[in-house]
Amino acid sequence: MKFSTTTSPYLHDNSNVSAVMLQVLLALIPGIAAYVWWFGWAIIINISIACVTAIIFESAILRLRKRPVYNTLSDYSAIVTAILLALALPTLAPWWLIVVACFFAIVIAKHLYGGIGYNPFNPAMIGYVVVLVSFPQHMTQWLLPHTDVSLLQNLQIQFQGLQLDGISGATPIDSLKTVVRDQQSLADINPAGLLGHIGGYGWEWIGASFLLGGLWLIYKGIISWQIPTGMLASIAAFSMIMFAIDAHQYSNPLVQLFSGGTILAAFFIATDPVTASTTPRGRLIYAAGIGILTYIIRTWGGYPDGIAFAVLLMNMAVPTIDYYTRPRVFGTS
Amino acid sequence: MSVDKQQLWSFHGGLHLPGHKAMSTQQPIGDVFIPSKLVLPLQQHIGEMSEAIVSAGEHVLKGQLLAKSGGYISVPLHAPTSGTVIEISKQVVPHPSGLSSSCIILKPDGKDQWCELDTHQRYQDMDPSALRNRLRDAGIVGLGGAGFPSFIKLNPGARTAIDELIINAAECEPYITCDDSLMRESAEHIVQGIEIMQHALQAKRCLIGIEDNKPEACSAMQQAVERAGNASIRVVPIPTLYPAGGEKQIIKVLTGKETPSQGLPVDVGIVCHNVATALAINNAINNGLPLISRVITLTGSGVNTPGNHEVLIGTPINEWIEHCGGYHDNVSQLIMGGPMMGFNLGDDHVPVIKTTNCILALTEDEFHRNKQATMPCIRCGACMDVCPAQLLPQQLYWQAFARDFDKIQDYNLFDCIECGCCSYVCPSQIPLVQYYRFAKTEIWAQERDKQHSDKARQRHEFRLQRLEADKKEKAENRRKKLAALNASKGKTENQDGKKAEIEAALARVRQKQSLKQSEPQNTDNLTAEQQSKIDEIDARREQTTDNKGPSN
Repeated sequence: MKFSTTTSPYLHDNSNVSAVMLQVLLALIPGIAAYVWWFGWAIIINISIACVTAIIFESAILRLRKRPVYNTLSDYSAIVTAILLALALPTLAPWWLIVVACFFAIVIAKHLYGGIGYNPFNPAMIGYVVVLVSFPQHMTQWLLPHTDVSLLQNLQIQFQGLQLDGISGATPIDSLKTVVRDQQSLADINPAGLLGHIGGYGWEWIGASFLLGGLWLIYKGIISWQIPTGMLASIAAFSMIMFAIDAHQYSNPLVQLFSGGTILAAFFIATDPVTASTTPRGRLIYAAGIGILTYIIRTWGGYPDGIAFAVLLMNMAVPTIDYYTRPRVFGTS
Repeated sequence: MSVDKQQLWSFHGGLHLPGHKAMSTQQPIGDVFIPSKLVLPLQQHIGEMSEAIVSAGEHVLKGQLLAKSGGYISVPLHAPTSGTVIEISKQVVPHPSGLSSSCIILKPDGKDQWCELDTHQRYQDMDPSALRNRLRDAGIVGLGGAGFPSFIKLNPGARTAIDELIINAAECEPYITCDDSLMRESAEHIVQGIEIMQHALQAKRCLIGIEDNKPEACSAMQQAVERAGNASIRVVPIPTLYPAGGEKQIIKVLTGKETPSQGLPVDVGIVCHNVATALAINNAINNGLPLISRVITLTGSGVNTPGNHEVLIGTPINEWIEHCGGYHDNVSQLIMGGPMMGFNLGDDHVPVIKTTNCILALTEDEFHRNKQATMPCIRCGACMDVCPAQLLPQQLYWQAFARDFDKIQDYNLFDCIECGCCSYVCPSQIPLVQYYRFAKTEIWAQERDKQHSDKARQRHEFRLQRLEADKKEKAENRRKKLAALNASKGKTENQDGKKAEIEAALARVRQKQSLKQSEPQNTDNLTAEQQSKIDEIDARREQTTDNKGPSN
């Protein structure tokens, strides 16, 4: 009797990239739900725009590259990128801003470098940074928590440029920067209701919900513990030092951790396996680098939040970090 | 009964795999059956091929020598049953690439008649080297899978003391249960074999490592050790974690020692043997039996009646499976060895050999590979987390992919034991081990090429050197000659006085001689006749001298 031949091992645990990405999407649900609770429909509109454009761009570029469209689309990586991008962009971003960001994320940052697995830079962060440096005035359109804006109004704002007064403002992270820049005191801005119990008002709950999803991902073994730990610990340590030096100007570590996109980035963005360091020690160093750069940029830099730049800068350092953090091989000293 | 509790260590990574072991342990080990023909490859071990000493048409008895060792790292081959040698020819042998190799084909006569076996002496009275020779003559190789001649591994070599003999009875691969059955049924003989090995190695103690998913085997061995009353042997249950049966892994688990990268267990004072080898050694020394059969697991949902059987070496697999109840209709893969490290057989006409521990027939449902298209590596590091060699499989993959063979060695490619854990967990379904095998093969080929070109270069350089040396020597000789010439000229000038003296002496001698010549002797009493003759001659001489002129 004749048999077909292949190579060992002949068993597999049936894991696949689609399942990994699906679990990441599942883990995002609590955070997105909290987002909707505090800021209304805008984020759903953003996510929808981002997903649709990401799928269109990915299909088009796959066709151009003569690659199987369905196989790659069904790994859900484009959807993950699109949702992370939508979560990073301002709540009231005009539709075309999201489309441009998606184009750079999917087409330039991902596929021009060879598609999934080959991109050296985090695609979502590339998309974010491109629109941040190109359209800075549109990057400040953040809704204020619990603003009464209907779905229709939201659509009009994002698609037709409708202007409504008193619904948008600076994010807590942005205000903290202003305090440092203008030599103000934190006490001056708190009555405005920017800060909640532990972090930015509203944002603290979104952060906590992303934390929940992130911890579940660690539990499921989808992401490694080193990256969230390294990033959060380094931000906490740095802000602790600054808080100890001057508690009037510099916020306490909890505010830093539960404002802006810190938690989201620590568990969902910096953990992108393709662009992160791949060795255990390397992941700690990579994540600590992101944390430190984030704190520096968000406190003294010119941009509202420093996460995207921090991630991209550390992406560049990954090959070097990986080289110098190789684990000890069995039987060597 | 209590099983020794002793400290255990752990190795990095590893996998908890579904065992599938119960399906083949329901029945005791099945009896030997004699197939219609036996195909005996001359290469069933690591090392040099055995050399056939029988020829076609010859009748042989069971246990008779068919082929002798082909070198130091080699063992002989014996007839598994009595019968007639039909031919010695190239046949397809069990090998991942399905290649053909020289085989002795034996047609059994059905009598199963033994040849006269060597009378034996008690192993305790034998010198370790005599013991090793007997094991070599019995054709014993490691039965765990690699097939390295056992007598060599029982030679501690330059090391005087072996601290530990480790008996690998982990049997960590799914489906395989032949060692489990052996231990349940022949624990006593296994322990006797272990004592022989201890004697050969002069090992201080012995640890028998058995995965804790084999409680029956564990207690059978424990009882046998107690009966033997040998306090230096310990049965140690170890956690079931693939690949705990890897040589380096089981040594780590039992002793905490790490075999050096690129090194051997003997470097840390340890020798490791498979449990089935211990039984074969007992049979060879205590009963004089050569290695002509072994216990093999036939299992998987692709066969109708899985089980363990004693099988004659050389039995064609198709005949054996037919004898055991045949294939299930859905069979899709035939594997020699386990599902993690075995290899596919493209054709079931190949024979079982000394290193065959399992024949696994998988159905489409059990076979979980290549159902999905391979995706690019996303560097998730799942492979790194399970690698027992603590390598970075994700980086090795890139380097193999890019054919960066220098870098891949820098990342310790050759410490990869090809256990398959990385491929098993890869979410992108990349056949990682295949990439590492490819890289290893390429590097070996490059090394061979390099050795060839090194040799050629050395020859060329030697020739150039020789030509250069010749040239130098000639120049030197010329220089010497010239110098000698100059020197002799110099001497002439310097030693005028001496020369003059010699000249003067010579002149004196010459003068004396000429005087003698001018005065012929014995001329006093000459007759007239004699005088006239002399005159005549003198006149003639004068004449010739004139004609010829001065001769000097």
